Amino acid sequence: MQKRTWLMAAAMLASVAPATAQTIYPLNRAEILEGSRFDFKVEFPNAPASADVKVTINGKPIAEAFGREVQFVQNEEGQKHSALWLRGAQLPAGQYVVEAAQGGEKATVNWNVYATGERKAKNVILFIGDGMSVAHRTAARILSKGWEQGLYGGELAIDDMPNMALISTSGTDSIVTDSANSASAYTTGHKSCVNALGIYCAKNALTLDHPKVETISEVIKRKRSGMAIGVVTNSEIEDATPASMVAHTRRRSDFNDIVKMFFDVQPDVIMGGGSPNFLPKSTPGTKRTDDQDFIAKFKEAGYALATTKTEMNAAVAGGSKKLLGLYNTSNIDGAFDLRLAKKGSISKFPDQPDVVEQTKAALEMLKGAQDGFFLMVESARIDKYSHSLDWERAVFDTIMLDNAVKAAKDFAGERNDTLIIVVADHAHPVSLIGSYNDDRPGQLLRDKLGVYQDSVVPNYGPRDADGYPTDVNTSHRLAVVFGTYPDTCDTGRPYMDGERVPAVAGAEKNTYVANEKDCTAPMAVRKQGNLPFESNSGVHAADDVVLTAMGPGAEKFRGHKPNTYVFRVMTEALSLGGK
Amino acid sequence: MWLRNSPMSVTRRGLLQGLAALGISAPAFAAEPAPIAFDSLYKSFGVLGFQFSDRVTSLRGQEVRIAGYMAPPLKPESRFFVLTREPLAICPFCQSDADWPVDIVVIFMKEETPLVSAGRKVAVTGRLEIGSATDAETGFVSQIRLVDASFRVA
Repeated sequence: MQKRTWLMAAAMLASVAPATAQTIYPLNRAEILEGSRFDFKVEFPNAPASADVKVTINGKPIAEAFGREVQFVQNEEGQKHSALWLRGAQLPAGQYVVEAAQGGEKATVNWNVYATGERKAKNVILFIGDGMSVAHRTAARILSKGWEQGLYGGELAIDDMPNMALISTSGTDSIVTDSANSASAYTTGHKSCVNALGIYCAKNALTLDHPKVETISEVIKRKRSGMAIGVVTNSEIEDATPASMVAHTRRRSDFNDIVKMFFDVQPDVIMGGGSPNFLPKSTPGTKRTDDQDFIAKFKEAGYALATTKTEMNAAVAGGSKKLLGLYNTSNIDGAFDLRLAKKGSISKFPDQPDVVEQTKAALEMLKGAQDGFFLMVESARIDKYSHSLDWERAVFDTIMLDNAVKAAKDFAGERNDTLIIVVADHAHPVSLIGSYNDDRPGQLLRDKLGVYQDSVVPNYGPRDADGYPTDVNTSHRLAVVFGTYPDTCDTGRPYMDGERVPAVAGAEKNTYVANEKDCTAPMAVRKQGNLPFESNSGVHAADDVVLTAMGPGAEKFRGHKPNTYVFRVMTEALSLGGK
Repeated sequence: MWLRNSPMSVTRRGLLQGLAALGISAPAFAAEPAPIAFDSLYKSFGVLGFQFSDRVTSLRGQEVRIAGYMAPPLKPESRFFVLTREPLAICPFCQSDADWPVDIVVIFMKEETPLVSAGRKVAVTGRLEIGSATDAETGFVSQIRLVDASFRVA
């Protein structure tokens, strides 16, 4: 029995990834929006000539099936493979079997190209809590709604929705994803690989040459001239999640190219940080390596420019429908620093909007669009603060996401024409395991940890009107732990002097050691890292994430779905299929 | 200044530190380089770019000294490294290529020099250049540079 199982497993492995097989892009089991554009590519090992290969779709020669000529490149880029290309392919709805034969070897993939039926929603608002995991949500509920005798004082806006699903987030190459290919799954409906946006990861040498798939922004721009698009984040606008709305690159750090891609697609409302990649290289403070001035280009294209919250609100009040809002050279500060600690870059950029204010401004500008709008809003730093193991900052930004969703629900009201989706792009290994109580006896941090019956309600300061506690550096605090860490020192307290830096560069290249600044805090606990030595912060988890949704189309969400399914539901709600 | 006359190719980190210690008590030659600091490089620092401070502008072309942190070098020996205000501890992307903070100073040394480990505080002396320039060898674009520079561990 055991031997048979092993043999079967070996056979399955062999059929999945023989070292020298032909590779067909899009990959097997791709679900493709009818009429959406994708680059079709087949790579043949050992650089055969055109006459030695044969590719068919549903038994027909490839050029006939697509109605267009294909291009064959022997020894592509001087590499040891040949490539067959058809850029910008489109297919009508149906089941497709693609076969690529080379000598006696045959590779086969199946695609499902789906139609989208009647339009159900005028507007779609996609909220992404980057890295938002269940513990972030639970802690946000305790902090912003209160807890008494096992019950919460209220529901989060992100929880109070009629539909829910568990979403799996893996990419094509690995179990644990990053924010690039996981966001790309939402905005293109195709899986991709770590660090990649809007492409399949092929053998191409240059990051911009890989086979592309169309983003939802591009589909809308191609098909719906009366629909508006918004991209709102508090990260750099070029960062993975917002970039997934427009970008096609194997390398998410191609920020200068990504700015150009934003300009090519021209979403109507673009807001975030990351201004230096818009400035020509002659301007001090730029990160561009060319002379292109994208501030000037966007202005010429009819965009209002806002660099502060005041300017953003003035643009909205002035009736602007197109806005480029860049509020920080880097990421916009999170809610914990905007409200409580006033660290980060608050002194340099004292007038930044938060995600809630940005969302309200975006809705004001988009809501007049004659054929509806698609708005993506990201609370980006839930993830960034979880990397730095700074859970209070991550949870404040979860509350901020919740307030932004509340604003969207207020907009959607009884309209019944707006699909709202709230989802994370991946998880972090984070858990709420009890509370720290400074009054407990003992000298060590672990003496102060109350678990089970000793996990008591925190005595945080009173909540402000927006549901944020006004003080978290109190004597009874939640205990939230991360499952992965470099060498570090835990203090069991919030980091009031600025975002936690868990580890700093070590003496050996690519190694990291505990940040000694934290190790001298009272009761600090030195922990030996459990991550590879080159890791300087916590890592993502493959755990499923929670999706909640409301509005027309939301009923499709139930049970467990792959992340690409989110794209399918959004395109079905907007009826984006077809030529 | 301190290491400029040292045989760099044989210098190792221990020796560097020794020389650095010597440097402290060594007599000053000619004119002292004018000290500048990360905190006073710019008079305005905004979303749409920076303006260099009047002091930095007036020191253009002159010998200056600045303290900062050596960013992780690309090679163990180089003529080129990036000086940052704070040690670069957390990679901004975590899964992809590291990115630089905006307020960096780029250092081009007089000769190829063994670099100290990343995250060490160093004091750099060199001739101040400001204005956009692209390094022919690496393509790195910089706005403020110290050229013909040398450094010691601070």
